Amino acid sequence: MIKFEKVTKIYPPNNAVLQDVSFEIEEGEFVSVVGKSGAGKTTLTRMILGLEEPSYGEVFFNGKNLRNLNSSEIQSIRRKISGIYQDYKLFPAKTVYENVAYILEVEGKSYNLIKDEVSKVLELIGLSDKKENFPKELSGGEQQRLAIARALVNHPKIIIADEPTGNLDPYNTYEVMFLLEKINKAGATVILLTHDREVVNKLDKRVITLVNGRIIRDEKKGKFII
Amino acid sequence: MFTNISRTIKFAFNNFSRNKGISIATIFVLVVAIMLVTSLFFFRGITNYLTTELKNKIDITAYFIENASEEDILNVKEELLKISPNIKSIEYISKEKAYAIFSEKYQDSEVLQRALLEVGDNPFLPSLNIITNGDPAEYQEISNTLETSVFSSLIHKIDFYQKKDTIEKVYSITSNINRFGIIAGIILIIISILVVLNTVKLAIDSSKDEISTMKIVGASDWFVRGPFIAEGIIYGLIAFLFCILFSGIFAYLFSAKVSVILPGFNMFNYFLNNFWLFVLIQLIFGVGVGVVSSLVVVKKYLDI
Repeated sequence: MIKFEKVTKIYPPNNAVLQDVSFEIEEGEFVSVVGKSGAGKTTLTRMILGLEEPSYGEVFFNGKNLRNLNSSEIQSIRRKISGIYQDYKLFPAKTVYENVAYILEVEGKSYNLIKDEVSKVLELIGLSDKKENFPKELSGGEQQRLAIARALVNHPKIIIADEPTGNLDPYNTYEVMFLLEKINKAGATVILLTHDREVVNKLDKRVITLVNGRIIRDEKKGKFII
Repeated sequence: MFTNISRTIKFAFNNFSRNKGISIATIFVLVVAIMLVTSLFFFRGITNYLTTELKNKIDITAYFIENASEEDILNVKEELLKISPNIKSIEYISKEKAYAIFSEKYQDSEVLQRALLEVGDNPFLPSLNIITNGDPAEYQEISNTLETSVFSSLIHKIDFYQKKDTIEKVYSITSNINRFGIIAGIILIIISILVVLNTVKLAIDSSKDEISTMKIVGASDWFVRGPFIAEGIIYGLIAFLFCILFSGIFAYLFSAKVSVILPGFNMFNYFLNNFWLFVLIQLIFGVGVGVVSSLVVVKKYLDI
């Protein structure tokens, strides 16, 4: 589904963030990409989303080389991938309801379907009573849950969670991880980028370990070892 | 398609109403910019009136020999009209009419009235009074035509050379007024556009991160830029409504004061007579600059 082939990314003047990175992620997998801050995890995410191009090597999505795709094809891939980010990336001027609905509006879904789906996901995530609130009126945990609701609403094939528990207390962390596992069991591919040792060790799933932009370990049932 | 358009409009209205401070500031700047451009058109009205009045004060007169027949003079008039398309008016003044005009003009001057009586006969010559577009070259050409054509034997005198300096001065003044108007207009329009562009940039800059997120979740370029363009249209329309109202009030209030300086020029009538031109200019400038500024600024943030 996602394939990195000898990918190197160098930022000017000579800062190599990823070096000769190769791996493949199959449909339905739950993969944790671990590493210290600055190991290259976020650059990896940005490459999957087509936000960055490799300096060398190729990134493939469903067999298509992202380098050869035009802007509308890239946007079509981005619609298949949902992201949960440490900084949430919410729309501050939209309400909770509108933040979630926007994803379906981008896909051109009907008003009725949007109303049903958004209500369902807000119910699931426990934000139904805050649907008219703006993000700044929510707590950190609620904002993270809103980001998750937005990532789930269009039943994506892939979820990229970049440090989704970075700002959360243990209780909210457990809730988020529980949800991600549930989504994965329902068939979605989950790519978790984190430096949270405890979270990764509890999962007991595939772990790719990045150190200084290089993959030093890729294990089917791995642990957080750096 | 229809769903996307209605969503775009909804997003635009939401952005507009939820960012009241920015919306009001942008509309205020647009109103100032549109009023600047509008003032240019009032200025154009005033200068057009002024230059036309000045040009109409300038004429040349061709005096015919005493025994030239009216028919011959009218033939000359027809020929001149055929040869020179820039002639604005050409008036035949017979001996009798010239006498009557002089008598009426100097009816209070005893000396001149007595002089006229002493001469006895009507001393005036029949003439053609010619007004063109004000260009000295045009007057020169008409003068030359009259002096060198077959009618030259009928001509007694043409007063072009006596008036040449005055004609050139007036033409130079009116040309300079027009040139100044065009240059000042271009500068003001450029300043207005830059001011609006920067204000819209400030307004959209606050949505920079939002635009980037929209792109990350897969929104197409048009889905992202659509609401900003619609918002630009809303800004432009509201600013236009204020401006057309202000222009009417301004023209009404200052009409009497301008008439004191320029008798015969009614500013409010000028506004009413050119109402649709004002509407068009304000609408095109307000909405156009609002939309183009939005397009230019959003484009910068779409390239991710």
